[in-house]
Amino acid sequence: MIELRDVTFGYDDESGPVLRSVDLEVDEGELVLVAGRTGVGKSTLLGVVPGLVPRFTGGTLRGDVLVDEVSVVDLPPRERAHLVGYVGQNPVAGFVTDTVEEELAYGMEQLGLAPATMRRRVEETLDLLGIADLRARDLRALSGGQQQRVAIGSVLAVHPRLLVLDEPTSALDPTAAEEVLATLTRLVHDVGLSVLLAEHRLERVVPFADRTCLLVGDGTVRVGETAEVLRTAPVVPPIVDLGRRLGWDPLPLSVREARRAARRTGLPAAPRVPAAATRPPVLRAEALTVAHGRRAVLRELDLALPGGAVTALMGRNGAGKSTLLWALQGSRKRYAGTVAVAADLADPTGPTLDPAALAADDRVRRVGLVPQTAADLLYLETVAQECAAADDGAGAPPGASAALLESMAPGIDPERHPRDLSEGQRLALVLAVVLVAEPPVVLLDEPTRGLDYPAKEALAATLGRLAGAGHAVLVASHDVEFVARVADRVVVLADGEVVSSGPVRDVLAESPSFAPQVAKIAGERWLTVDEVVAAHEQSHGQAGS
Amino acid sequence: MTWRAGVARLPRELHPLAWWAWAVGLAAAASLTSNPYLQLLVVAVVCLVVLLRRSAHPWSRVFGLYLALGVVIVLTRVFFRVLVGGAYGTEVLLMLPEIPLPEWVRGIQILGPVTQEAVLGGLYDGLRLATIVICVGAANALANPKRLLASMPAALYEVGTALVVAVNVMPQLAAAVRRVRAAQRLRPAPRGRRRRLTSVRRVLVPVLEDALERSLSLAAGMDTRGYGRSGGQTRRQRWTAGGLQLAGLAGIAVGVYGVLDLTAPRWLALPMLAVGTALAFAGIAASGRRVGRTRYRPAPWRWPETVVTLAGVAVAVGVWLVGRSEPLVAQPSLLAPPLLTLGALAAPLVGLAALLAPPPPQTDARPDDRSDAAPHGRVELEEVDA
Repeated sequence: MIELRDVTFGYDDESGPVLRSVDLEVDEGELVLVAGRTGVGKSTLLGVVPGLVPRFTGGTLRGDVLVDEVSVVDLPPRERAHLVGYVGQNPVAGFVTDTVEEELAYGMEQLGLAPATMRRRVEETLDLLGIADLRARDLRALSGGQQQRVAIGSVLAVHPRLLVLDEPTSALDPTAAEEVLATLTRLVHDVGLSVLLAEHRLERVVPFADRTCLLVGDGTVRVGETAEVLRTAPVVPPIVDLGRRLGWDPLPLSVREARRAARRTGLPAAPRVPAAATRPPVLRAEALTVAHGRRAVLRELDLALPGGAVTALMGRNGAGKSTLLWALQGSRKRYAGTVAVAADLADPTGPTLDPAALAADDRVRRVGLVPQTAADLLYLETVAQECAAADDGAGAPPGASAALLESMAPGIDPERHPRDLSEGQRLALVLAVVLVAEPPVVLLDEPTRGLDYPAKEALAATLGRLAGAGHAVLVASHDVEFVARVADRVVVLADGEVVSSGPVRDVLAESPSFAPQVAKIAGERWLTVDEVVAAHEQSHGQAGS
Repeated sequence: MTWRAGVARLPRELHPLAWWAWAVGLAAAASLTSNPYLQLLVVAVVCLVVLLRRSAHPWSRVFGLYLALGVVIVLTRVFFRVLVGGAYGTEVLLMLPEIPLPEWVRGIQILGPVTQEAVLGGLYDGLRLATIVICVGAANALANPKRLLASMPAALYEVGTALVVAVNVMPQLAAAVRRVRAAQRLRPAPRGRRRRLTSVRRVLVPVLEDALERSLSLAAGMDTRGYGRSGGQTRRQRWTAGGLQLAGLAGIAVGVYGVLDLTAPRWLALPMLAVGTALAFAGIAASGRRVGRTRYRPAPWRWPETVVTLAGVAVAVGVWLVGRSEPLVAQPSLLAPPLLTLGALAAPLVGLAALLAPPPPQTDARPDDRSDAAPHGRVELEEVDA
């Protein structure tokens, strides 16, 4: 139905083409997943279909884009609006109107549909996406999952042939992500819509994908059955990783298939990990209450962050995670309660300080925070300048931040512009700028957004090293697999209150929506693929000898 | 047929143009008189209607700001009359010491005798301006500014959308500045002489980068959804319509100049204005007919809209008639207490007819209800012993 034929795209510099002779066909009622490492051109490939590339990006496009055997490559995006619906990475930035109903109608108004048709389709779309009760709501007042569904609905109402989605679930909590994906599968099955989507967190979408288009890295693609393509892909979800390493065939893509394979293979029983000795907390919050107007965002919350451990903070979109981080850091005003940070990392039980009572420049030495939009911290032209400014401000010896950066993300050219770095490299730079002040407590807000598996692995290693040096680390994240890999303890927040806290194994094992894939396959108390594989090899080694 | 007429009064959003016409009528009435009683009466009518008919949307909450602005206007006006009032008027209320000024600023007098004429003149003037400002505030609170833009003729649709986007930019920029300032405080501030300069730059660079990125993604979003489709118009048709509109605009401009400048030749005045208006309408009609765009649920114009509009016009006409028949009531003397007659009292009260407008629909659009608005699947977790 929609076909890319020998598409080559490159910017007009010497960096070489981003896409090289790409052939891709999406059939009616098919969901095709676009996978690959960060920066290999997933968004570029998606942008070619609605025509945003090259019109909004510059560069030269060769090749052809066909819809039902008719070339549309020379049409601007607006003339393809009735054929291709496109939802970008940040749906809020694409909203034109301000209420749900008007946003759903906007595309149809542009196409000049009859008012009666528009009225009917708006109602259909509201029902199809389950957002009928939100019809008169302000778009900016919705939660992330609701906004994403409105964005999908607003392009669906036009009845396009193909829906193109760039990371539709990256900002969503596990439950909201499942909602959006379930909606998509329903559309593919019931309405016969075709979907082309890119996603970093493959574990969420792989079970739904009919075929996968893997961007190899040199601009070419490999298209085929998902299981076939993932057999050799550099980025795979934990489920496929486990299957590959245990030699399962056929490669399982869903938890159900993997369970069946696990029963055949026989996996060892869950490990009994002795509870780690609890160390005294470096940061302690008691009865912490934060209010927005007359509404409590956090209500009498108690929290202790032990030194030498990574604590994960989980919970729905809007549960108060970011607010908690800012309140612990001291910038967000408390309504009531206390926050106390150990004045000396070597002596956590000694005298304490209240970060809110400190001046901003002293605060950064006590509690480091990497906010959700980490790039807000950067303002200079080169990486070297950023590092120098951070050294100077923190009173650290010249080169301290650069050395930190080198240890986290080796090999960054110091003359590059921070905006040109990959997501993972930019996060490392911000982390270096924050860590150069040597705060005993480090808080991170959704750091895994936009990171692929290798970049997440690098971040996990960095956090592990920080904890090893005695820092107390708190990571707010929706990414269950990342939490399973990195955290020692988990705190779950709901509606501004702590509903669960404890060692990562206990907390993740208890909750169906927060359980990592490995736990769903091999049983509770398993967290990572590495553990299972190691235990499996050990038991087989013993059996063999 | 009463039940049919009643339907129009069930809760809904009134056509924004009706509210603007009403508010402009009241503002015009306020500008025609300096009687403080009449001004206060207009303000009271406006406040009452706003309180009873405004919706729960964020733009409705700005009305309080307009009221505060009105008070500030009155106070500044009176203050400056006292400060540099000069010695006009005869009824001295208070003798203040005059601050001597050098010879070369003769004509300006600071403090000195405070006369009743100066104080009352400032008060009446300030009240008039404040009332006009409050009327504009009422229109802003009652009518959704974006809906007003959306009710423009189809030919001006593109301009309207651009304006809607522009209206959205300011709050977004403010939010970005707040976010970046908070983020910049998370890294140690650079020291040294140029600290102040860098602190501006530290906020400006990320905010501008963010704004640029946002506007690009908004443009991309609008384009992929069909904004600016040619809609089957040929190039020639578009040129004709555009040319007509431009010529019309020029004609209107010349005509207005002719009307206002009494020394200009008379054929430049009303005839030119008429020709310009006709051309502009022809242009709007020419492009409007061919626009391949439709509108979702356009705001209807029913009898309450007419009533509200007429109420505004009636107040203006009423106060104008008062000025004609009872000039002393409309422009009271600064030496005697202002007068009020039954007719003058009735004129602003006609504005209360706007209460016949239907009440706004109940909405829950409060932007700070973010978290409790998320009906995601409940995650049930039990407390775990650490």
